[in-house]
Amino acid sequence: MKLTILGRVSIIVVILFLATLWAFPMWDIQLAAPQYPGGLSMQIWINDLGGDVDIINGLNHYIGMKTIHKEDFNEFVYLPIIMMSFMGLGLVVFILNRKRYYYIWAGLFVCIGLLSFYDFYSWLYDYGHDLDPKAPIQVPGMSYQPPLIGYKKMLNFEALSQPHIAGWFYIGAGVILALVCFYEWKKSKKAAR
Amino acid sequence: MKKLLMYTVLGAGALATLQGCKMKSTESVVTGNAAAKTYVAPGQYDEFYNFVSGGFNGQVSVYGLPSGRLLKIIPVFSVFPENGYGYSEETKPMLNTTAGNIPWDDQHHLTISLTNGEQDGRWLFANANNTPRVARIDLTSFKTVEILQLPNSAGNHSSPYLTENTEYVIAGTRFSVPLGEGDVPISSFKENFKSTVSFISIDKEHGNMNIAFQVVLPGMDLDLSRGGKGPSHDWFFFSTYNTEQAHTLLEVQASEKDKDFIVAMNWKKIEEYVKSGKGKKVNVEYAHNHFNEETQHAESKIENEVLVLDHSELKDMIYMIPCPKSPHGCDVDPTGQYIVGSGKLAALIPVFSFDKLTKAIAAKDFEGEYYGIPVMKYESVLHGEVKKPGLGPLHTEFDGKGFGYTSMFLSSEIVKWNIETLEVVDRVPTYYSIGHLCIPGGDTKKPWGKYVIAYNKITKDRYLPTGPELAQAAQLYDISGDKMELILDYPTVGEPHYAQGISASVIKDKSVKLYDIAKNKHKYVTMGEKEAKVVRTGNRVDVYMTAIRSHLAPDNIEGVYVGDEVYFHVTNLEQDWDIPHGFAIKNNPNAELLIMPGETVTLKFVPQKPGMYPFYCTDFCSALHQEMQGYLRVSPKGSNVPLKFGIGETAPGVAAK
Repeated sequence: MKLTILGRVSIIVVILFLATLWAFPMWDIQLAAPQYPGGLSMQIWINDLGGDVDIINGLNHYIGMKTIHKEDFNEFVYLPIIMMSFMGLGLVVFILNRKRYYYIWAGLFVCIGLLSFYDFYSWLYDYGHDLDPKAPIQVPGMSYQPPLIGYKKMLNFEALSQPHIAGWFYIGAGVILALVCFYEWKKSKKAAR
Repeated sequence: MKKLLMYTVLGAGALATLQGCKMKSTESVVTGNAAAKTYVAPGQYDEFYNFVSGGFNGQVSVYGLPSGRLLKIIPVFSVFPENGYGYSEETKPMLNTTAGNIPWDDQHHLTISLTNGEQDGRWLFANANNTPRVARIDLTSFKTVEILQLPNSAGNHSSPYLTENTEYVIAGTRFSVPLGEGDVPISSFKENFKSTVSFISIDKEHGNMNIAFQVVLPGMDLDLSRGGKGPSHDWFFFSTYNTEQAHTLLEVQASEKDKDFIVAMNWKKIEEYVKSGKGKKVNVEYAHNHFNEETQHAESKIENEVLVLDHSELKDMIYMIPCPKSPHGCDVDPTGQYIVGSGKLAALIPVFSFDKLTKAIAAKDFEGEYYGIPVMKYESVLHGEVKKPGLGPLHTEFDGKGFGYTSMFLSSEIVKWNIETLEVVDRVPTYYSIGHLCIPGGDTKKPWGKYVIAYNKITKDRYLPTGPELAQAAQLYDISGDKMELILDYPTVGEPHYAQGISASVIKDKSVKLYDIAKNKHKYVTMGEKEAKVVRTGNRVDVYMTAIRSHLAPDNIEGVYVGDEVYFHVTNLEQDWDIPHGFAIKNNPNAELLIMPGETVTLKFVPQKPGMYPFYCTDFCSALHQEMQGYLRVSPKGSNVPLKFGIGETAPGVAAK
């Protein structure tokens, strides 16, 4: 069955939304401490890290956290490729203009999304827990895993983690895909009657 | 009887009232909401930077206004063991002169660089009174970046004052001295002694100073000076005393004449003479010290030549305005139209008109000559006199609303008067014996006109007593209304003379937070801990050391001998705001260092005895600051302890285990 006009347009909108990943950061982690009146922040891009990474690395050695280096993240290489491919597939769906392909495409998005969040979470877990046993400051039972999303207090630091502009667009793309799938499914049920 | 009783009662009553009378006290002067006006709440900033000369401490101090809080001391002409200025290898050359390294001076006057007669906040110029020098301080780093010695000068007092676009910094001599060889009888003053005025050109972009030329005047004391503004742009004015040319007991002999002079100098005309080759190159020697912010190293160069123009050979460039009784201050109002001479022994303040001066010059309306220089007629250049202003007028600043504020040393007060009508409109006491005063921007075309600060010469009972030696006293007055209101009384360091105030907004956002380590071009920089090393060349030992929270690398050094010249080149690898590290080593007669993030600074140490010399970070930098320490082993000269160094795994003796 063919897609509705709305369905076809949504493909372009989703592709445009995802294109923001190359223009804005996906995620924003803000840190605040008494000694940092202006706060510190780190932005995660699809292919890069931004913000006060060096300063954060300088602080992390006290508690034995590994230093954060862009080179350690293979994600910065394969995530752009995956997203590009996903956007390319969107064009294919647009040309083929079939509901079924649209559902598969949306399903793929969910898989990529879940895997990405899992990957992100495991990085945060690793940084927060894999501490140098010789670290100068050791607080028994303390881990320093920043929140995936939301607020957390860790020693003298408060951390706030939330989507940045491209992150919101990414979430928006997911919402559009879900709504349009539902809409297309309703339409096809109506047509079947 | 009743009458007698009545008279007795009345008499007693009158006596009681008399006893009830008291002299005016300080408390009665403070009115209104003074506390609220000077309270800068935590987290808030002061509205003005106040750069205050340090007098005999040779430094410049920086206060915030209206709080009166001391923000920083900028070392300029005196060594500063607190941060290693004048002790580090990088800054030692800053204090070099033709008489060797001079670790102190007497710093009197300051001027913030100007563009179109308004403060641009780029540089601050400071004079050294004793060994004639002018310094330039960069107002992005608050560091002294250049010091220029002045030849043919002594008592560099009428200095450093600016022309309207910072074309020149002008520096006049207080002491006249013989030019060249000074070995002449003192009594030959009249034949041999001369005053000079140095014109120091300022590079528009980088601020570099150069003595463009010097003008030689008859021997007298050039006291203070000011550049013209607007209509008087091309002119410079100096107050003089001792035009009697006394060389002994000046207290009496230099006060004989009823009038001394304000010297009016047409510097554009002098520039023309220079361009047409009228100057004479003279062999002199003077030091020119420059701090290169890129290599973070000062260099001292001895220059050998200066261009001199003699007043007696060139006409139409200098005129003398008679001014009562040994004038001290010589101040030009914001319009550039009025020149205020403050005869410190006079009971009036003469105000001269620039229009009248130019007209009188054109009409050749002269009274006579002083060593060939035309002397104007007092009456024909006078705008008017401020009558009975008080006693001992010294300096005048302006609020930009048509009023002058003159400090009165003897009657210890500030007197506010109308520039046009010359009427005194208000006066407030100062505590005690005010010298200079400062209105932020009050010497420029655009005064900020909100506060005036009194810098006093006598402190006595102002603050809790601290033995015979007391801090200096300053008072802050709100001048935004018709009446001056005392709102703050605070102690200051050194001995403030003149000061400059500038709106914080012009400077604060340009302030450097740290140095980019990637741009560090220091000859002995250590780019990362892995590069840390110790290199021996003969008896010179160069330690390439890094500092980062919370260790110095290397922190174990062996194989250094008594008498070695050890240079610790410490690079602070931090790239975060306000994370300086310090460096000090036991028994070092030198000083300690403060190293800002991204900076490299060198401390020399020549161990005199064998032993163990701990070194450590002196600036509490982090939670593990106390752990930021190490050892230098010093062995007797000629012993065969090999040179070894390292940190952690690489420390001598650790890897072998």
